[in-house]
Amino acid sequence: MIGTVISIDRVEKRFGTFTALHGVSVDIADNEFFTLLGPSGCGKTTLLRCIAGFEPVSGGQIRLNGEDIAPLPPYRRPVNTVFQHYALFPHMTVLENAMFGLQRLGWGVVDAEGRARQALELVHLSAFLKRRPGQLSGGQQQRVALARALAPEPRVLLLDEPLSALDLKLRQAVRMELKQIQRETGIAFVFVTHDQEEALTMSDRIAVMSDGRVQQVGTPREIYESPANRFVADFIGETNLIEVPVLNISNGLAEVSLPGGRAIQCPTRLVDATQGVLSVRPERIDLCAPSEADLIATAGAQVYLGTDIQLKAHLAGGEQMTVRLQNAAATVLPQSGARLGLRLEAGAARLLAA
Amino acid sequence: MSGGMKQLDLRRFPGFFAITLACVAVLYAPLMVVAVYSVNESTSITRWGGFSLAWYADVFTGPESPKFQRAAMNSIIIAVLAGTGATIIATSAAVAMHRAGRFRAKTATFALINLPLMVPEVVTAVASLIFFTAIGFSGGIGTILLAHLTFCIPFAYLPIAARMQSISDSYEQAAMDLYATPREAFRLILLPLMRPGIFSGFLLAFIISLDDFLITNFVKGAGVETLPTAIFGAVKQGIKPNIMAISTLMLGVSVAFVTLSWLIGRSGQKTQ
Repeated sequence: MIGTVISIDRVEKRFGTFTALHGVSVDIADNEFFTLLGPSGCGKTTLLRCIAGFEPVSGGQIRLNGEDIAPLPPYRRPVNTVFQHYALFPHMTVLENAMFGLQRLGWGVVDAEGRARQALELVHLSAFLKRRPGQLSGGQQQRVALARALAPEPRVLLLDEPLSALDLKLRQAVRMELKQIQRETGIAFVFVTHDQEEALTMSDRIAVMSDGRVQQVGTPREIYESPANRFVADFIGETNLIEVPVLNISNGLAEVSLPGGRAIQCPTRLVDATQGVLSVRPERIDLCAPSEADLIATAGAQVYLGTDIQLKAHLAGGEQMTVRLQNAAATVLPQSGARLGLRLEAGAARLLAA
Repeated sequence: MSGGMKQLDLRRFPGFFAITLACVAVLYAPLMVVAVYSVNESTSITRWGGFSLAWYADVFTGPESPKFQRAAMNSIIIAVLAGTGATIIATSAAVAMHRAGRFRAKTATFALINLPLMVPEVVTAVASLIFFTAIGFSGGIGTILLAHLTFCIPFAYLPIAARMQSISDSYEQAAMDLYATPREAFRLILLPLMRPGIFSGFLLAFIISLDDFLITNFVKGAGVETLPTAIFGAVKQGIKPNIMAISTLMLGVSVAFVTLSWLIGRSGQKTQ
C-alpha cells in the first residue's frame, strides 16, 4: 500500500499455551485514523501492546516505514501511547508530564517546554500547566495524556480505549475532538475500542478482530454494509441472520431461496456454496402487502426507540426477524399477531458463509 | 472500620469496656510509672518526692553522662547505617518481588525476606554470635552493625512492599513509551512514587535498630555499648531515677519516629 506507515506482518503472540494473535497482518496508512475493534479478549489490546513494545511478539514483523521495530524496546520506537487509565505521572505537573518524552529524547528545557505548551494548547489545557494530575477531572486528565503522547510527534499514536473511563456525554464530545486533532496533526492514530459506535463515527478504516484474528478490514461503510462473515455482520450493529439454501453463485452474485420459497439475488464473497447465511439489516426491511412480499411473517412485540420503532416478527419456520421502522407520521404499525409482508430493499441482503 | 457492622458492634459486647481497660493498663501502666518517676525529685524509685527535672539534667551533665553519651552516639550511628543499608536492600527486594513477574521460588523468597520476623530473637542472637566467632570477626561496632542490618531488612521491607503494591506498572510503561530507558524510568518515575514507603521503611528500621537490646548484647565486643546495653549495665548496679529519664527520652523518640513513619505512609496513600 502506498503511504503505509506501519505494516503488521503475520504477527503471532502466544502466552504459554494460549495464542492471543494468530498471524495478524494489517497495513496502516499515514494520516489514517485506524481502529482495532472487537469484543474483549479478541487480541486488539495485545496487538497494540506489541506495536508499543510492551509485549514481545512470538513471530512476524512490525515494520515502521519499512524497518522492523519488533526487536526494539519500547523506548527505541517512535510511537507513543495514550493509556486506558492515562498513567499520568502523579508527582509531576501537567507541563512536566508533557515535557517528559521530549526531555528523554535529549531536548533542552526551553525547547521542550515550548513544544509541550503547544501540545497542551492543542488540547485546550493552557490554563492548567502548573496543576498536578490529581487536581484535574477525568476529561482533563485524558487530554493531558493525549498532549503528553503527541508532544514528541510520534510516527504513530496508539490509543488504548482512552474514552472508556469517561462518562457518556463527555465521551461523545471527545470523539469529535480526537478526530479533529488527528486531522490537524496528520499523525496516524491506532485506536483500540470495543465500542462499535465509537469505531464507526471516528475511523477512516476499521479492523474487526475476534479470537486473535482479523476478520475484516475496511471503511466503516464497508464493514457495516458488506460484512465479510457472520461474526462481523453480527458484531457490528444489529442484523437478521437467516439460514438459506443457495441455488447458484456467479460473479459475486448469489441466488438463494428464502423461507417461503421466493428466490432473490444478493451480493456475496462466496464462490461456491450450497448453504449460507443471509444477513439483512433491520432498517433495510419494509412492510408491504403479503402478496408482493419476500417473506411472510407474524407481527410480534414492538419497542419504541424514539426516532425508530423496532418490530419483532416471526417467520413460519420460527425464525425471529427484527425490523426497524422510521417513526414517521405515515408509519402504520401492525397489530401484534397480524400477518405481515416483509420486503427486503434492493441490495439489503448479503450472503455469508454458514 | 467497615460499615454494616451495626448489629455486631463489638463495643456493645458485655465486658468490652473492662477488658479494654485491663489491656491498656497492662500495656501502658509500667511505661506510665517510668515516665512519672523520671520527673521525681527524690532519689527513690518508689516514693514520690515532688516534681523536678533534675534527673534529666543528670543524664546530660551528671557523672554517668559521658558513658551514656558515647552509648547514644554508637546507637545513632548504628541505627542510621543499618537503617540505610536495610532500606536499600529492602527497596531492591520490593522492586524485584513486584516487577520481576513470576519467577521460581517467589513464595520462598518472600518467606525468606520475612523469616527474621518469625524467628525467636534469641535464636538470631546466638546464631549471629556463633557466626561471627566462627569467621573470627570481632570488629566492635562492626559486628553490631552487621547484625542490625540483617534483622532490620524485613522491617524496612514491609512498608516499602505495601507501597510498591499500589503502584501500577503502567507508570513505568508510560515512561518507557516516552523514551525513558529502564534506568530512567526507575529513577524518574518509580523511585519518586515509592518514596513515602521508603521513608517509612527507613524510619521503622532505624527505630528497631535503636531499640534493640538482645542481639546487640550477644554480638557486641567488649567495651562497646549501645544505649540499651548501657542502660541494662547501669540497672544491674541498681536502678537510679536517671535510668527512668533516659528510658522516657527513648520512649519519646520511638513514639515520634513510629508516628512519623505512619504519617508519611498515609500521606503517600492520599496522593495516589
